[in-house]
Amino acid sequence: MGLLDFLFPERRNTAVVARDRLKIVMAHERASRDAPDFLPALQKDLLDVVGRYIEIRGDMLRVNVGRSGETSLLEINVELDGAKIKPVKNGSAGEAKPKPKPAPRPDPGSHPPWVKPG
Amino acid sequence: MAAKVIVLTSGKGGVGKTTSAAAVAAGLALRGHRTVVIDFDVGLRNLDLIMGCERRVVFDFINVINGDAKLNQALIKDKRNDSLYVFPTSQTRDKDALKRDGVERVLDELKETFDYIVCDSPAGIEHGAITALYFADEAIIVTNPEVSSVRDSDRIIGILASKSRRAENNMDPVAIHLLLTRYSPERVERGEMLAIDDVKEILSIPLLGVIPESPSVLRASNTGTPVVFDPQSPAGQAYLDAVARLLGEEREMRFLKPERRNFFRSLFGRA
Repeated sequence: MGLLDFLFPERRNTAVVARDRLKIVMAHERASRDAPDFLPALQKDLLDVVGRYIEIRGDMLRVNVGRSGETSLLEINVELDGAKIKPVKNGSAGEAKPKPKPAPRPDPGSHPPWVKPG
Repeated sequence: MAAKVIVLTSGKGGVGKTTSAAAVAAGLALRGHRTVVIDFDVGLRNLDLIMGCERRVVFDFINVINGDAKLNQALIKDKRNDSLYVFPTSQTRDKDALKRDGVERVLDELKETFDYIVCDSPAGIEHGAITALYFADEAIIVTNPEVSSVRDSDRIIGILASKSRRAENNMDPVAIHLLLTRYSPERVERGEMLAIDDVKEILSIPLLGVIPESPSVLRASNTGTPVVFDPQSPAGQAYLDAVARLLGEEREMRFLKPERRNFFRSLFGRA
């Protein structure tokens, strides 16, 4: 660092940093403010189930609770653009087996390889 | 005129809720409105100190809710203004003593006598804070130009919109106002502090007033005098402007430009 830099450090406009950080975090928080606590777990479970049939990334499945007039809506959006249907052999999507074994619930952090966590 | 319940709330602590509640209540009384200011911070009583009536507290809010005292035994008449009353809270009882139906009963009784009921909310989003905002007709969100305060204010605005009595009963929503406190135009000019427009844009609620950071606020709390009673104080004048706007008057925002330091003023150290 040169002497001039030392004597006259460029002062960053930290107020702008504060404003931008707030905008981002609050947009996110407002969206999830009224959401029930179980939504993230539900989203993860749905991702696991859908992931058995279709190659899907975490950001392609969204779960929201909304309201339309007097009715509460559980809204599940699965984006399929660019998704690939998985071959039948790999899951319960195939023909009925004599005794379909329930897929073991993967522990957190061990998604199937085609599922990128959100 | 039907009595109005106004809550001062913020989520975050230490932003100036009690100072502002005292100033707004005193300002309303100075305008001739019969006003009572209630301390909802059960267990951490402080409004009495800020109002300068700490040695006159005999009965409190919880005593009245429990029927151990009558309202007129607990209300403390301000010595500076005949229209102003202080309703202190309990220092000892636990915060759950604030039962919603009891609070409603007391507020209904106060509405018979007063034009304005100013509620000083505790910090946080727990029982006490929710009870303080539940019955509000209007809410003043006390916010500092600082990230954690702005975020907590947004949280409280969300709670007002969903958990207040007006929200639960599908009535007209609580009228929400932004009161920006501890604002320092010098620091905003240097890019060190969020500007008014930033906070307004992020919270998107109408601005009631901007209170400049001022040494007179600490002097006022030292002596137990609501800052609006200090005619020299820029903060006091800014609060009086805010009260005028609350009453529907147009007032230009003041004290938004950095003060040019006057050599003699800085010499004598008075702001």
